[in-house]
Parts: sequence; C-alpha cells; structure tokens
Amino acid sequence: MVPLSHILTLSVVLFALGAAGFVLRRNIITIFMCIELMLNAVNLAFIGFSRHLGNLDGQIFVFFVIVVAASEAAVGLAIIIALYRNRNSLNIDELDSMKL
Amino acid sequence: MATFSDTTFFLIAAVVKVVVVLIALLTVVAYAVWLERKVVARIQSRWGPHRVGPHGLLQPLADGLKIFLKEDIVPHDVDRFVYWLAPFLAFTLAFFSIAVIPFGESITIGGREVFFQIADLPIGLLFIFAVTSLGVYGIALAGWASNSKYPLFGGLRSSAQMISYELSLGLGVVGVLMICGTLSLRGIVEAQRGLWNILLQPVGFLVYFMSAIAETNRLPFDLPEGETELVGGFHTEYSSLKFAMFFMAEYANIVTVSCLATLLFFGGWLGPVFGPPVLRAVLPLFWFALKVLTFLFVYIWIRGTLPRFRYDQLMAFGWKFLLPVALLNILATSFILAWRSS
Amino acid sequence: MTVLFYIFAALAVIAALSVVLQRTPVYSALSLIVVLCALAVVYLLLGAEFMAAIQVIVYAGAIMVLFVLVIMLLNAGREGPIERSRLAHWLGVPLLVVFLIEVLAVVWQQFPSGSTSYAPPMDAGPAAIGTLLFRNYVLPFEVTSVLILVAVLGAVVLAKKQL
Repeated sequence: MVPLSHILTLSVVLFALGAAGFVLRRNIITIFMCIELMLNAVNLAFIGFSRHLGNLDGQIFVFFVIVVAASEAAVGLAIIIALYRNRNSLNIDELDSMKL
Repeated sequence: MATFSDTTFFLIAAVVKVVVVLIALLTVVAYAVWLERKVVARIQSRWGPHRVGPHGLLQPLADGLKIFLKEDIVPHDVDRFVYWLAPFLAFTLAFFSIAVIPFGESITIGGREVFFQIADLPIGLLFIFAVTSLGVYGIALAGWASNSKYPLFGGLRSSAQMISYELSLGLGVVGVLMICGTLSLRGIVEAQRGLWNILLQPVGFLVYFMSAIAETNRLPFDLPEGETELVGGFHTEYSSLKFAMFFMAEYANIVTVSCLATLLFFGGWLGPVFGPPVLRAVLPLFWFALKVLTFLFVYIWIRGTLPRFRYDQLMAFGWKFLLPVALLNILATSFILAWRSS
Repeated sequence: MTVLFYIFAALAVIAALSVVLQRTPVYSALSLIVVLCALAVVYLLLGAEFMAAIQVIVYAGAIMVLFVLVIMLLNAGREGPIERSRLAHWLGVPLLVVFLIEVLAVVWQQFPSGSTSYAPPMDAGPAAIGTLLFRNYVLPFEVTSVLILVAVLGAVVLAKKQL
C-alpha cells in the first residue's frame, strides 16, 4: 500500500516539471505538451486521494479532466495550425504581437 | 506437482502459456500469409505458391529466409531513432492483445485449474482497445520518420483512418456489453451459453466487422498502403526485417480482430463437447480455432473480391454511416433491454 | 507490489524530464506518451482500473495522436537555443525548486508516511463508475457532451483553409 505522501510527491514533481517546461520552452507545441503534463499530475493526485479516502468521486473528476483536456487539445491545436498558416513560425517569441 | 507452492505454479504456468501462445501466433501469422496468397490466387484463377513443398506449404519458410537475407536499405536523412522504433512498436503492440484472449475452458493439472488464457482481466476488452489505440503510433511514426512525401501522406491518412474507425469499433461492441454485462472476455463467452450474440446483435456485428477491416488497413480500406496509389504508403522506405515486422504486425492484428469477433459474437469456444476429459479440454480449442480460421478466410475473401475505397469515401463511410448506425444500435438495444426488464 | 509503483514513478519522472528537455517536438511527444502510459500503470496499482484504461485509450491513444499528427503536418523541426529568457532560466529554475521543496514539505507534514488509516480497497470497475456517472453526475456528463460538440465545431472552423 503506497503512502499518500509518495503519490502526492510524484504528482507535485510532475506538475513542477510541467510548469518549468511551460515557462522555459519556446516551441508552442512543446508548451502545450507541458500543459498536458500538468493536467496529468493533477489527475494522479485525484486518483491518489480517491484511493486513500475510499471515495470514487475523485475518479469521476479525473474522467471530466480528461474530457476537458481532449477538447482543449483539439481547439488549441486548431489555433496553432491557423497561427502557423499565417505567421509560418512556431516560436512564441515570434508570435507574441497581434500585428502581422 | 502438489509440492509446488501456488505462486510458483502460477508463474510456471504463465511462462509456459506465453511461450506456447507466442509460438502458435507466429505460426498462424506466417501461414496466414500463405493462406492469403493461395486464396487470392484461386479467386483470380491462378495457382498461387505451389512449388515450395506440397501445395506451397513451405513458402512461409522460404519467404522468411528471403526477408532475413535481403539488404537493409536505410535512406540517408531519416530520423534514426523513430525509424527504428516504429516497426518495433507496431510489432510489439500487435502481439500484446493475445494476452487476454481466452482460447478454451480449462484443464486440470495436478489438482489445479489452468485456464486457456494468459490473463483474465476484468477489463479485458478495454485492454484490447487500449492496445489498438496505441497501434496507430507505429504507422504514424513510420510515415514521419521516413522523411519522404509518400510515406508521410500514407502515415497521416492511415492514422486518421484508424482513429476514425476506432470509434465505430468501440460503439459496435457496446450492444454486446449491455447484453453480457461484463467487460471480461471469458465472461462474455460464458454469457453466450444460451444464445450466440450474433443472433441478438446482427447490426452490431456488421458495424464491428467493417470497422475492424478498416482498423487493420485491409482492402477495401487499405488506401494508406495501397500499392497503386501511394507507392507503398507508410512502409515505402522500409526493407528487409523492418518491413517484415510491419507485415507480421498487420497479420497479427487481423488474427486478434478475428479472435475478438468470434469471442464477442460467435460464442468463442462454445460448441458440441463430448467424450473423455482430455477430449473435453481440447474440443473447445478446436472450435475456437475453426471459427477464427473461418473469419480469416472471410477477411481474405473480401480482400480478393472488393475494390478499394477512395480516401474521402472511406472517411465519409466511417463518420457518416457507421458511427450513426452504431449509435442507433446502442439506442435500440438499450430500449429493448429496458423494456424487457420492466 | 509497491516496488512496482516506485519503478513506474521513476519512469514517469524520467520521461517528464525528457518532455521538458528534448529539442525535437516529436521526441517530446513520444516521451509524453511514455509518461501517460507509466501513469496509467500507476492508476492500475492504485486500484483505478477503468481510469487506467481510459487514460491509455483516450489520452495516450487519441489526444497524443492528435499532437503527433499536428507535429507531422506542421513539420515542427528542432528548436533553437533559448533566446530572450536568460532571466527566466537563471532566476526561475531556482525559484521553482524552492517552491517545489516548500510544497513537498507541506505535503509530507500533512500526510505522514507512517499513518495506517487507509480506506479498504473499493470496486472501481466500469460498473461502479458508470453508476456514479449516470446517477450523481449526470448533469456534468451531459454538459461535457455539449463541450465536446463545441470543441469539434471550434476546431473545424479554426483549422479550415477558407471559411
């Protein structure tokens, strides 16, 4: 039986890595993937708590987080495709002004 | 035998089962190639392989030898890691699903019951869907890693096709799940002791079967690797062993899908069982193998008979016809089940 | 049993480091798939068998396929060296590490490893989750279906070549 603190440690470490990647990387798709990493860290925390409290609601929440992540990925990647068509670059340093 | 502890016995049984099943699957895959060449040849009024061994039965050995001895051509500027990873991934994932497929009932060795199944997961069907979903990567990455136009388009088209038909594949099976009430494959077969699911879910079966053909990239849905359309599709730049791995992965997928079709709709290993205990243990295996081979034959028959879909027709068929039909099937099944239980 | 958790946790952390540090987006995507599958195994070890299957089928098998397809389409090559964010690099990373240690300290204080008051294993199979989903949480479920519809429409409109 894994102690809750170990599960939460893993979750926090993954979240921190995702946050670090989100801030430090320049390629917009990699930034997106770091967001997904953060969402997964949160999912792990939910499932850890669900196991330790004996309550299934945590897993239902994970279900909804996955659904929302899917919709967000779809729309976000569509935006990235539209951006790439217009600016021809995936580097956020070149995508940071609304003027063409 | 009785001196072994339960864990040791379980481990030994598991290892033996894995080895036997893998060897059996590799043999079936090799001879599925032979079967395909023979059947397609007969459909096209020619002989097929008939020189190597009686009726060309040693042809798979000759083919295997040829593939191993062929020169391995690697284009200059491919992405080395992904180029190597893609066929390996496709091959490995294709052989994963067989772990949850039950082949028969059970046999009693040394007082302990050994099931003819490597692992009876309570979510067995979901495991197979998970492995199928991951199988898309082998093809997508192969197309990308080859750093060339035709493989890239073949890979993109094939991935889009596979993820589209995964939906109808899953939904076509939901009717069966509602009737049997379990996701465990052994449980689904046990629930068919009274009546086979094909009689209760004919529409579900058709949806499942057509999605399965599209999912395994077979004719009439094989545009992504069609020879006349895209050179070789995603495996254009692969040669010798890596190409053979893609080939074997495709046939292993076909075998898996045929096994699933018999388990979900045709009663798995259920059939007339008689005679002494050893015959009773072996006969279900025989019925299962017979049904799977029938499905394999039907797959090859369809491949030899039907023309290829164009890509937009293919996608339209999956999204605009199969998906709504599968959803209507679920709706109708749930209404009937609710009405009968009230 | 618990040693498996630590093995897959280590695998997840190594793969997450790979996601953040790789120069090529395709390698980052492949590493993220490894993270997702490692987390799915961890969910299995924590008794959430249905969520593990959903994680692989939906997250690793569909969402990441979308990512990989978009990377292939846009031919996102290697990333150049970090240009303007020297400050973020030299100030941000130590701050992040300090934040991480703080959060971990709070977590370890709140949930000490030695406490043994854990709930008994529960049935987290599809039937249990389905019952909960369609009885208590039926409204959020229906709302997510509308959400997915909106996302599909949005994605189609945004990615079209001409409206």
